[in-house]
Amino acid sequence: MPYIVEAKGLNKTFGDLVAVDGISFHILPGECFGILGPNGAGKTTTIRIIYGFSPMTGGSLKVFGLDASRQWRTIKSRIGVCQQENNLDPDLTVQQNLEVFARYFDIPRKEARQRTKRLLAFIALQHRKDAKVIELSGGMMRRLVLARALINDPELLILDEPTTGLDPQSRHQVWERLEELRSKGLSILLTTHYMDEASRLCDRLVIVDHGQILVEGRPMDLIRQHVGHDVIEVAEPSKELQDFVNAQRMEHEDLGHRLVIYDREGEKMFRTISNEYCNEGCILRMATLEDVFLKLTGRGLRE
Amino acid sequence: MSTAFPMHISRRFMKVWHRNLIVYQKTWKINFLPPLLEPLFYLVAFGVGLAALVGNIIYEGFEVSYVFFIAPALIAINIMYNAFFENTYASFVRMYYQRTFDAMMATPLNLPEVITGEIFWGATKSMIATAIMQTIISAFGLIQYPTGLLMVPLAFLGGIAFGSIGMFFTGIVATIEMFNLPIFLFVTPMFLFSGTFFPLENLPIWAQKLATILPLTHLVKLTRAFSFGIIEAGLLWSIGYLLLFCLVFFPLAIYKMERRLIK
Repeated sequence: MPYIVEAKGLNKTFGDLVAVDGISFHILPGECFGILGPNGAGKTTTIRIIYGFSPMTGGSLKVFGLDASRQWRTIKSRIGVCQQENNLDPDLTVQQNLEVFARYFDIPRKEARQRTKRLLAFIALQHRKDAKVIELSGGMMRRLVLARALINDPELLILDEPTTGLDPQSRHQVWERLEELRSKGLSILLTTHYMDEASRLCDRLVIVDHGQILVEGRPMDLIRQHVGHDVIEVAEPSKELQDFVNAQRMEHEDLGHRLVIYDREGEKMFRTISNEYCNEGCILRMATLEDVFLKLTGRGLRE
Repeated sequence: MSTAFPMHISRRFMKVWHRNLIVYQKTWKINFLPPLLEPLFYLVAFGVGLAALVGNIIYEGFEVSYVFFIAPALIAINIMYNAFFENTYASFVRMYYQRTFDAMMATPLNLPEVITGEIFWGATKSMIATAIMQTIISAFGLIQYPTGLLMVPLAFLGGIAFGSIGMFFTGIVATIEMFNLPIFLFVTPMFLFSGTFFPLENLPIWAQKLATILPLTHLVKLTRAFSFGIIEAGLLWSIGYLLLFCLVFFPLAIYKMERRLIK
């Protein structure tokens, strides 16, 4: 099966800064592929290269089996992009935003009108079709950006942090739409720094940092592999507990006021620890992608 | 820029032009007002107020009334203003605040096409304004026909010239406030010293020579010739100069915008 995206040794430098440092990955048809990473890890730069906004400094890139540096126009006509900023056209109404965008893709007027109608229903904004963009809420705007990215019936949907800044209700709205699209077989490329979003939507993902891929795999596999099933968190750990954890050679992270133990032995170990080393502030929870992420990219602030 | 990024400009730029037309149509009544009222204001102020002091003017051997003299200059100035302001402030807002160009570039359009669409739109605005102004000024019998009709295509040429240099500035200014600089140093001197409100011959020789560098000088010369109905071969130099101006600043504008936006 041909890959939707095939990136080999993708490289991007801005002067002295290496933003993308030899990234290789591929996306299968119908797959939702995630690129995760802290701010400044090179996520946005990578996808900008894929949708033809930024020229790459080195490496090779094929989208739909086409050479990205030569057949950019064909590629761009077959992908849909939700950029990070809301760059809806404030001079136009909701409906016009979709119809004018359709023109950029050479979609005939009548067809554009039909698609606009269908997409407005899909994002539940029919009733606001004549509204100005600035009158919409953040969640509505995001849904409109999503609809706009679908106007050309893309074979690949690229989403750069699709739910950043949204309230929980709006996030779930967007997720439901994306899940619906995925179930219809649309290939999706997504960047995010929300781990719940990635776990929920992505079939496969990479975690990148400093322009390089740290790990690649299915969310569940990555959790099992790097953290295990469970995590024990202890607030204000005692000296005895730290000695115990060290003696048992358990994987853990010492955050000073907090101890995170990657527990591979299940509940038994939790009982031992909670009974013998702490009275309260000790919890057992399922390991999440966030544990993997923090373990791999560290806890230092990225600013 | 490393990989082959396209300088190819296809007819798709008209889609960008059309987007601006749609927005323009939404508020066409307001957009039509300035070219409708401005010539009236000027003609009353200069034609009635100032003309009494100035009397008639000798222009290239002809004695003409002051209103007759300045009417075509008003059109030339408007050609400059419409394109220049469209491709500075308005384009900057679309580029920087509204991120409209970013969105367009996630479609089959490329940046040179976006910029071309913007500049052609600026020139179109110059043309629309010219047609409206011309109608008003003609009502006072101040334009000769059919040569006066040539001002409409001329407005397009002049619009491309001033739009291109405007877009060039949009490519290099850091903030929108910095447009004050090219306006103060480039647009305003042209407004005053391009043979607009007094014949260039009134200036010392060195200043006359300097004025021939200014594109507005040539545009005024042409609008005046078309409006007076005096067509002569020497006008080709002025057309040539405006074309040359386009040929330099149009690609330069695209180059600067690529440097600014393609990262």
